[in-house]
Amino acid sequence: MKTAVFKIWRGDAKGGEFRDYTTEVAEGMVVLDAVHEIQRTQAPDLACRWNCKAGKCGSCSAEVNGMPKLMCMTRLSEVPLEKPVTIEPIKAFPVIKDLVTDVSWNFRVKKKIKPFNPRPPDAPDGTWRMQQEDIDRVQEFRKCIECFLCQDVCHVLRDHQMHDKFIGPRFLIHVAALEMHPLDTEDRIEELRSSQGIGYCNITKCCTKVCPESIQITDNGIIPLKERVVDEFYDPLGWFWKGLKRLLNR
Amino acid sequence: MNGATALPRRSFGETMRADVWWFQPLLVFLGLSTFIVYSTWAAFQGKNYFVGDYISPFYSPEIFGDSPHSWFGPKPAWWPSWLLFSPALLVLWAPAGFRLTCYYYRGAYYKAFWADPPACTVGEPRTSYWGERSFPLIMQNVHRYFLYLALFFIWVLAYDVWEALWFVDPTTSKTSFGVGLGAIVLAINVILLGGYTFGCHSLRHLAGGFLDQFSRSPTCYRAYACVTCFNRRHMLWAWLSLFWVGFADLYVRLCAMGIWTDWRIL
Repeated sequence: MKTAVFKIWRGDAKGGEFRDYTTEVAEGMVVLDAVHEIQRTQAPDLACRWNCKAGKCGSCSAEVNGMPKLMCMTRLSEVPLEKPVTIEPIKAFPVIKDLVTDVSWNFRVKKKIKPFNPRPPDAPDGTWRMQQEDIDRVQEFRKCIECFLCQDVCHVLRDHQMHDKFIGPRFLIHVAALEMHPLDTEDRIEELRSSQGIGYCNITKCCTKVCPESIQITDNGIIPLKERVVDEFYDPLGWFWKGLKRLLNR
Repeated sequence: MNGATALPRRSFGETMRADVWWFQPLLVFLGLSTFIVYSTWAAFQGKNYFVGDYISPFYSPEIFGDSPHSWFGPKPAWWPSWLLFSPALLVLWAPAGFRLTCYYYRGAYYKAFWADPPACTVGEPRTSYWGERSFPLIMQNVHRYFLYLALFFIWVLAYDVWEALWFVDPTTSKTSFGVGLGAIVLAINVILLGGYTFGCHSLRHLAGGFLDQFSRSPTCYRAYACVTCFNRRHMLWAWLSLFWVGFADLYVRLCAMGIWTDWRIL
């Protein structure tokens, strides 16, 4: 059986270091399998968060060879094994232990976003009617598994640590899912511009690149939201046009 | 972050990535730099920008100028003598502004020219960061105004192609339909610029993206779907059109200089 070397970051909030582990690898294995094998045979105290092993729970986010990935979805056949494979915790959030980080900031951010506020029901039985073309766009955003790889790769959070000023791609997608929902009546544009800091996104598309659900975060979520902010705050010709339409409709 | 320990910043260029992460930003840097140098040089030339019925896309629409394509005749008398004149300088700012504020190019040149970041998960050279929230980058929000101009330019360049299909016989002065290689070069230019412009993110929004209920406006939905189709390959259109507009200028220029001869196909 082939062997491979894994350099795994070991430590906690106070600091840590990379430690080398050599383990056997077989066809079909993913990075998480190798981590589990190392846990089983060499490092039972190695902390690693995981759950579904199917790329649906978003728990096993880590950085494999410097790129944010789900360990359960990263096949060893896709990773060059001739050199040691580095595995680190995600960088945008504080480390708890080894590969486990404290992502609770994300849940606090989500609570601050204005929730779904639907229009009154369309039918007497309290239900609504929607057309498929109205909901297609939003369905893409609802594929998000909250692995926070997009938050990790976003340089505004990762390098500039602007967690108090910018909600990150995950929550811009969440806002997009609400804002573009055909039933929703809430207006979130002012918050997007101010407290949620959409202007900090400089469209590097790194979030789109790492999304395991292949959500077009930048093109379908963030840029359309940026355009809605432009409508509201930076387009005098648009204001004039809307005013004129209102006047003519009277 | 509440109660969280800030992680140590990575220094400029520091990363655990094992791939050649610098290759793509380098290509973007070289590609855009080459285009900027060439287009600036070509814009300042002020000559060899037309030949027969062809006009370089860098000089069209020619508002004032010496060619038969000029809309309002030669350089106006009121033009200050100390100010350099070239017909391209009167128009080139509009497509340049369109590309400068384009969502695709923004992401690309922030990385390649400003290392903000140099590539995904690669350490940055600066600690401060303002994003597009304050001056000067807040001006990127003007993109849709450049889009309006770019749409106008597409029509002008398409008209130039139409004009390029009519040849005047120098002996009889009779006009006849014909197709030269130059007309095909200019036509491809319009197609590529059209693919790039009609896939613009701002156009996608204005065409229908602003709606929450597409079903209430089927026309907008169809327009949105059409723009989305171009938008999926926006980067590809951006690069192809950038290369070809430069090549179209070069083709006309070399023909005007007599280095190349236009090949009449029909």
